Amino acid sequence: MKRLSQVFAGIVALCVSQLLLAQDAIEITKGTDKATPIAVVPFGWQGSAPLSEDMAQIVGNDLRNSGMFAPLERSNMLSYPVRGDEINARDWRMIGADYVVVGQVSSSGGENLDLTYSLYSVAREEVLLSRSISGTRNQLRDIAHHLSDEVFKELTGIQGAFGTKILYVAAERFSVDNTRYTLQRSDYDGARAVTLLQSREPILSPSYSPDGERIAYVSFESRRPEIYVHYIRTGRRERVSSFEGLNGAPAWSPDGNRLAFVLSRDGNPEIYVMELASKQLRRVTNHFSIDTEPTWMDNNTIVFTSDRGGRPQIYKQSLGSGSPERLTFVGNYNANAKLSVDGRTMVMVHRQEGYRNFQIATQDLERGNLRVLTETSLDESPTVSPNGAMLIYATRQQGRGVLMLVSTNGRARSEIPTQFTDLRVPSWSPYLP
Amino acid sequence: MQVIKFGKAAALVVAFGVVVGCSSKGGDTSGAGAVDPNAGYGAGTSGAGSNNGMNSEEAALRAITTFYFEYDSSELKPEAMRALDVHAKDLKSAGNRVVLEGHTDERGTREYNMALGERRAASVQRYLVLQGVSPAQLELVSYGEEKPAAMGSNEEAMAQNRRVELRK
Repeated sequence: MKRLSQVFAGIVALCVSQLLLAQDAIEITKGTDKATPIAVVPFGWQGSAPLSEDMAQIVGNDLRNSGMFAPLERSNMLSYPVRGDEINARDWRMIGADYVVVGQVSSSGGENLDLTYSLYSVAREEVLLSRSISGTRNQLRDIAHHLSDEVFKELTGIQGAFGTKILYVAAERFSVDNTRYTLQRSDYDGARAVTLLQSREPILSPSYSPDGERIAYVSFESRRPEIYVHYIRTGRRERVSSFEGLNGAPAWSPDGNRLAFVLSRDGNPEIYVMELASKQLRRVTNHFSIDTEPTWMDNNTIVFTSDRGGRPQIYKQSLGSGSPERLTFVGNYNANAKLSVDGRTMVMVHRQEGYRNFQIATQDLERGNLRVLTETSLDESPTVSPNGAMLIYATRQQGRGVLMLVSTNGRARSEIPTQFTDLRVPSWSPYLP
Repeated sequence: MQVIKFGKAAALVVAFGVVVGCSSKGGDTSGAGAVDPNAGYGAGTSGAGSNNGMNSEEAALRAITTFYFEYDSSELKPEAMRALDVHAKDLKSAGNRVVLEGHTDERGTREYNMALGERRAASVQRYLVLQGVSPAQLELVSYGEEKPAAMGSNEEAMAQNRRVELRK
């Protein structure tokens, strides 16, 4: 008996040290290296027919994808409470959980459901959050992502982005002259993909508007590149740019009123900005080199790729006046920049040296330091979640294009599941209502 | 540097493959598979064009409608220039319109490659215009890396993908 209590005291001491680590881990966005252990217990459900989604699993995956949490295996759990008052702190200390999420789904008539959940702190032995989310049987994934957002916000102070969507292009190549391209929209984790557009010719560079209601993209459906704005809800499409030569790389201004894109109508690729209401065009760059891949730092500043220095590097140009300022100096190829919403971090395609290895890197725009996030060789098209915690990029695996989801802290990594053989050009939505 | 040497060699092999494949009509075209469909088209152009120069070397050059490039380069190779000389002659006499499709390999970002593909097509256009072809006869389209001729990430496949195709 004595020995057992000693062992137990030892476990508690161990847990306290883990707790201290965990408190650091909550600030991992500032750079420590341990994900917070959390238990998401399978939710209770009393209905006759089983639910079509394992909602606790979806919540666990969301939290893992952020790179800030390490969900514990179900098989290690010592009990399966469904309400906050059923949680026994000792069961969770034993397996090293810092937090526990429990939930119970009940029918509220017809197709309607309520999920009542609690978030519990093992250290404080108390419920931190207890809420209810309503929806229909078709919205189980939405309900789960909403729960993830609330738990994530409570524990990190950061708004969750688990209810957001992504766009990407799927290509199915049947022969050298026969490929079917489709523009897909899915949940951020790849679930529930819906086809928005299908074409025999390439579709490229989809980009979500800041209001989440429109998409800009390049379509070669007329056998040459043209830029379209597509209204998601109605499916209405408007062709906004069809000049001679390149029409490429559309990027929405933060206010949603303008598109920056690339035209080569003057003989070589230059960045332009179009006021969408008036269709008025304004040229931003003026150089004989390749200028492409515009993105917005704010409503008055464009960041773009140019090989004016001999190799592709990233530059910044104010729309007011002045000459471009070079932002990247490490590596022989830096391109396709995307900025975090707070404007402090730039994500880009980076090649350190040689010809072959293109990787995703982040650069701190204040301090300038660069961090390579990926380890494969043909990584491209990074897109950042609206809260900056995750990013998705495209790469190649065994000859096919795949999308990878990684946390910005580099800790979590998974492939976006799909029914298609070849995926490319992901674009993350803003926060959606 | 090894990369560049290999690319050059591969392009020569491919160009040779076209010539052989065309003169033997329907022979084994392995190694030129990606180019062969265009060889048929090239012959069509000459038939619709004019009846000058029926010698076999010119016919072989006329059959070359795909022109290859080094990595990140839009510089025309001598063998491409020889073929383009024949195309320029045909285009001037027939006055028809053709499309110059620029393509790249998969390395680098898609949008940068879109620009690079256009630079390659423009390089072919510039050469043809210097030979007296009217710019109005030449339409440029870049597909960047979106329409590879050969799948795969090896040097040989990438060499086949860095190209400009001349199409009716």
